[in-house]
Amino acid sequence: MRNVDLVIIGGGPAGMCAAVSAYNAGVENILILERDSHLGGILQQCIHNGFGLHRYKEELTGPEYAFRCEAELRKLPVEVQCNTMVTDISPEKMITAMSSERGIEKIGAKAIILAMGCRERSKGALNIPGTRPSGIFSAGTAQKYVNMMGYMPGKNVVILGSGDIGLIMARRMTLEGARVHAVCEVMPYSGGLARNIQQCLNDFDIPLYLSHTVTEIHGEHRIEGVTISEVDEKMKPIQGTERFIECDTLLLSVGLIPENELSRSAGLNLDSVTKGCFVDQNRETEIEGVFACGNVLHVHDLADFVSEEGEIAGESAALYIRNELKKSMHVPVVTDGKIRYSVPQIVTDNTKNIRLYYRAGAVFSDVKVNVLADGVVVNSVKKKKLVPGEMQYIELKANSVSENTAEIKVCIDKE
Amino acid sequence: MYDVVIIGAGVVGGMIARKMAEYKLKICILEKDSDVAMGATKANSAIVHGGFDAKAGSLKALLNKRGSDMMEDICRELGVRYRRNGSLVLGYSDEDKKTLEGIMENGIKNGIEGLEIIGRERIKELEPNISDSVEWALYASTGAIVCPYGLAEAAIGNAMDNGVELKLNHSVRKIKKLENKFEICVDNEKSILAKTVINAAGIYSDEVAGMAGDTSFDVHPRKGEYILLDREAGDVVSHTLFTVPTKMGKGILVSPTVHGNLILGPTAVDGEDKENRKTEREGFDKIIAESARMVKNIPLNLTITSFCGLRSVGSTGDFIINMPMRGFVNVAGIESPGLSASPAIAEYVVELLENNGFKFAKRDDFNPYRESVEKFSEMTEEEKNQLIKKDPSYGKIVCRCENVTEGEILKAIRTNPKATTLDGVKRRTRAQMGRCQGGFCSPYIMELISKELGIPIEKVKKSSNEAYILSGRTKEDVHNA
Ligand SMILES: Cc1cc2nc3c(=O)[nH]c(=O)nc-3n(C[C@H](O)[C@H](O)[C@H](O)COP(=O)(O)OP(=O)(O)OC[C@H]3O[C@@H](n4cnc5c(N)ncnc54)[C@H](O)[C@@H]3O)c2cc1C
Ligand SMILES: Cc1cc2nc3c(=O)[nH]c(=O)nc-3n(C[C@H](O)[C@H](O)[C@H](O)COP(=O)(O)OP(=O)(O)OC[C@H]3O[C@@H](n4cnc5c(N)ncnc54)[C@H](O)[C@@H]3O)c2cc1C
Repeated sequence: MRNVDLVIIGGGPAGMCAAVSAYNAGVENILILERDSHLGGILQQCIHNGFGLHRYKEELTGPEYAFRCEAELRKLPVEVQCNTMVTDISPEKMITAMSSERGIEKIGAKAIILAMGCRERSKGALNIPGTRPSGIFSAGTAQKYVNMMGYMPGKNVVILGSGDIGLIMARRMTLEGARVHAVCEVMPYSGGLARNIQQCLNDFDIPLYLSHTVTEIHGEHRIEGVTISEVDEKMKPIQGTERFIECDTLLLSVGLIPENELSRSAGLNLDSVTKGCFVDQNRETEIEGVFACGNVLHVHDLADFVSEEGEIAGESAALYIRNELKKSMHVPVVTDGKIRYSVPQIVTDNTKNIRLYYRAGAVFSDVKVNVLADGVVVNSVKKKKLVPGEMQYIELKANSVSENTAEIKVCIDKE
Repeated sequence: MYDVVIIGAGVVGGMIARKMAEYKLKICILEKDSDVAMGATKANSAIVHGGFDAKAGSLKALLNKRGSDMMEDICRELGVRYRRNGSLVLGYSDEDKKTLEGIMENGIKNGIEGLEIIGRERIKELEPNISDSVEWALYASTGAIVCPYGLAEAAIGNAMDNGVELKLNHSVRKIKKLENKFEICVDNEKSILAKTVINAAGIYSDEVAGMAGDTSFDVHPRKGEYILLDREAGDVVSHTLFTVPTKMGKGILVSPTVHGNLILGPTAVDGEDKENRKTEREGFDKIIAESARMVKNIPLNLTITSFCGLRSVGSTGDFIINMPMRGFVNVAGIESPGLSASPAIAEYVVELLENNGFKFAKRDDFNPYRESVEKFSEMTEEEKNQLIKKDPSYGKIVCRCENVTEGEILKAIRTNPKATTLDGVKRRTRAQMGRCQGGFCSPYIMELISKELGIPIEKVKKSSNEAYILSGRTKEDVHNA
């Protein structure tokens, strides 16, 4: 068995940035465990640009962004062990990992940072009736075939779901010579970034059908087509609106779910909305010394915010190891439903400003977003437009709440 | 010329092949699909039925009991997952209780032990999540669950290890009766000669019988749709729960699987099209409504896939196992409990032949054992570490949802019956069977198959030859567009 001060699970931007900030905050003995053969996480296959506008003030591709994170990391004596999959974490912070080189090994850690990222939802979760042919891929899998391996999953494509990966793949498949016939979105609005709708669909004349879903899959061996239908407000297909579209490929971009099997094995509870752990402003979970950041905590749209969250977690882990992590209160942060969730979910210290990240549950125009401490407005920001696809934040200013505060609430107020 | 040709590589054909491999015979299995276990055997409830409900005196009743008694030992020999979890048939009223008593009586006639009618309190102890309206249950302690395609694969693999040949992509089209032998015509291939033909062609067994001139029965398909939930939902129930049966079958069931998933279904819809395995919205709605009547709070959000199987419903109402002409054996109409009965069906077929004057000599070198492809996952940590030292591919996890290693996948591609497709690897190793349904690992598995079989990656298929995955290189069509 090995003993390490800080183990970071996952070497995407969250994990790499956490390692750098933990080292800079004084932790010397750091180990990153990554199951892939390279660092970088999902960014490796995101060869489009649009990364790093906030953090580096320029437009990078995913691999370029990952490379910058890695270059900073490689300057430091942080141990990186790739091709190693963590299979278990105990509540006592004992990690089980497996690799060809070292077999199954146990690693004891003073602190752990969870940075495992997220995965895509599969078709099963949707229960689309019909046959079960080949040619149905999650958008991310198709992205891997095209961008990493140089192969086309098909030539005539329908995309279900208008999440960012689906939008990006609509453009990619078109550029690679395929025809994208339709993007169907069951909600009345797209879950993707506005810039992606413009640059990936509109610029290529790819139709986006809102309030539409795939209601049947056709084809014995390879998919031969789909039936799409319009849906009502309850998202039930409306009879009579069925339309057949011939295609040889169906890409699913129907949502991302944080990869929290390990968190669960450690005994952590998951937030039913974010599907990630409950954390405080330090990104510390319900187990002391276990932190979480990046897409494993809540799904981000921008890598910049992932890096920032990694840094918070890294610095906090350093403080924890030195026994200097401040906790003076325990105030839950709740939302009003119009705001779907906010992270952190708990505030344990308010001597500094805290950014409360949130997502709206629907589209809102000309609203005020308020932070209330026991009903009293402590911060308020006007928003011209709020959409579920774009994560936002609002500050909880230093000393806005005390240990006597019962509840912090992030909510929407009509102007 | 073969002594025996078996048509159909389902669990029935597979069990027969393994049984006959005990004798000094030259045997071949002909299968139309690209892999074994692609028919009813891959899409069913996976229950080793207690044997209480088949009509007393029927062949189904006889072979179900015999098969279920044999199953545990066979699964041990073949390294197949099996668990005796017991089953409950649920009743909601005193009238249902009478029906349950009737079933129990029938079961006792069938020689089934361990049957008992229990009331709400006992049920609640056995199954804490049972719904509030359940009043009575017939408890059958001998009910069990098994991996059905695993059983067929293992039986066929073991038969092959003992010398049986398997010819995939061999669809039988015509059978000519010659003197003392049969000529079997196969698509695009030379015809095959056999002294004895066993028709285990599942849903097509009536057509295969017809090819040989026997039109005494027919078989029609009855659809059964399922919903499968992630392992996270696997402990919602621990027994197999049925409702009181109807004329169409055993009704919807809720059961854990041997791999720890939760299975809901099947529906029962009669049809004519033997290739129609479409799932339908009505089917899902029915499964969801009926399972909710049985068990509280089923976490449907953990659904990972849905699928459909076709029951081979024979026109006689019972299994059709006979010899309409010398040397030609029908094993037809093998609907439920065909999986449970399969080892007994195999013995019965040999007995039928022997009773008709066929004499088979036993081999003394028959090896009944087969090492499971899944064995790694059942090892202790120490054993695993030793194996990883010897073969580092066991240290590399490919499927993260089900924790399947490269070593296991390579083993599935290298052991009889060899996996050659993504679905083949999936059924043998569970890789791609978890929550992400292959999103992460299928590209990597394609690379492994391509390397092992020495074929370009575009030629790796999901299942059948037409079920391609990649259409070509990127940018191929940019200039043509
Ligand atoms: C297709 C796509 C397009 C995007 N487009 C943009 C964009 O245009 N602009 C932008 O700013 N952002 C974009 N993003 C968002 C951003 O890239 C991601 O949010 C960010 O990369 C997430 O970082 P992460 O470190 O949390 O997770 P990941 O990058 O997913 O890294 C997680 C790492 O953990 C490893 N891991 C997981 N489990 C284990 C385990 N058990 N043991 C060991 N290792 C493990 C994984 O292998 C992986 O390397 C996009 C995201 C996707 C998916
Ligand atoms: C919905 C459902 C639920 C069930 N539940 C249970 C249960 O819980 N317990 C239980 O005991 N039983 C159950 N059964 C029954 C059980 O699944 C079957 O009895 C068993 O799988 C039948 O096996 P088989 O080998 O006869 O048929 P199959 O598995 O269908 O195999 C027949 C094979 O023959 C091949 N074939 C057909 N025509 C030709 C040809 N011309 N040339 C070459 N090959 C050919 C096919 O491709 C196929 O591979 C269920 C069945 C269904 C459909």
